Amino acid sequence: MIERYNSIIVDITCRVMIPFIQVFAIYVILHGHYSPGGGFQGGVLLAASIILLRLSMGHEESYRKLPQRSASVVGTGGMFLFVVFALAPVAFGGHFMDHGYLPIPGLDAVELRYYGILIAEIWIGLAVFGLLVVIFDRLSERRW
Amino acid sequence: MHILAAIMIIIGLAFLAVSSIGLLRLPDFFSRTHAAGKSETLGAILVLGGLAIYNGFELSSFKLAFILIFMSVANPVAIHAVARAAHHSGIDPWTLQHKVKHYDESIHDDEAEEDVENKEQAGCGG
Repeated sequence: MIERYNSIIVDITCRVMIPFIQVFAIYVILHGHYSPGGGFQGGVLLAASIILLRLSMGHEESYRKLPQRSASVVGTGGMFLFVVFALAPVAFGGHFMDHGYLPIPGLDAVELRYYGILIAEIWIGLAVFGLLVVIFDRLSERRW
Repeated sequence: MHILAAIMIIIGLAFLAVSSIGLLRLPDFFSRTHAAGKSETLGAILVLGGLAIYNGFELSSFKLAFILIFMSVANPVAIHAVARAAHHSGIDPWTLQHKVKHYDESIHDDEAEEDVENKEQAGCGG
């Protein structure tokens, strides 16, 4: 178990910095398809903000903010939704991850692929976020 | 404007060089965190500010200013956390006693072990 780090400087700074890190992570995820970054990098940033929370607040208090179970649910759910979303065009006669085949009216194939990559990046970001937090929790809790 | 930017970047690089030399040369953990905490933060601030001035009034210099603010907050706090954790885990700060003790040991290496033990019991160790 990680104890609470009893220093007011670290406490206040982490509390101020964590929301900014999360906003930047969402920015990285949402701009991943036409600029540097993407789902994996944004997910790692989100997980880093949660790990900073765990390190500064200690396990007992930060489990109340984000329980271990909900992190694992977010991670596996993002993984599952990514697989479902990537396999969806196969049902309509396309290839894996080829979202131009999805029958959505009003959008041509190029726009469909654009938004498809964006949505796939979001699922990847959720999966990386949840699974990295779960890995950190498993490594840092003392239950052997 | 470019000359100002170049001067800022060069001064910042000088600070970074001093901090890396200090990181290699200083004797113990706490003085190394001192080298890594202060002059490296100042060097990074100067380099990033110089780059922001060089870019002019643009989106990228705005991002550089954000990185500058973030780094000038995060770097000293991280150094503070590391140094505080080291202090709590019982690392002794370096004093002149260490130097004197090592000097004595290097002189009296050839003598018998009892002599060294006697010296340590006499309170020479820091």
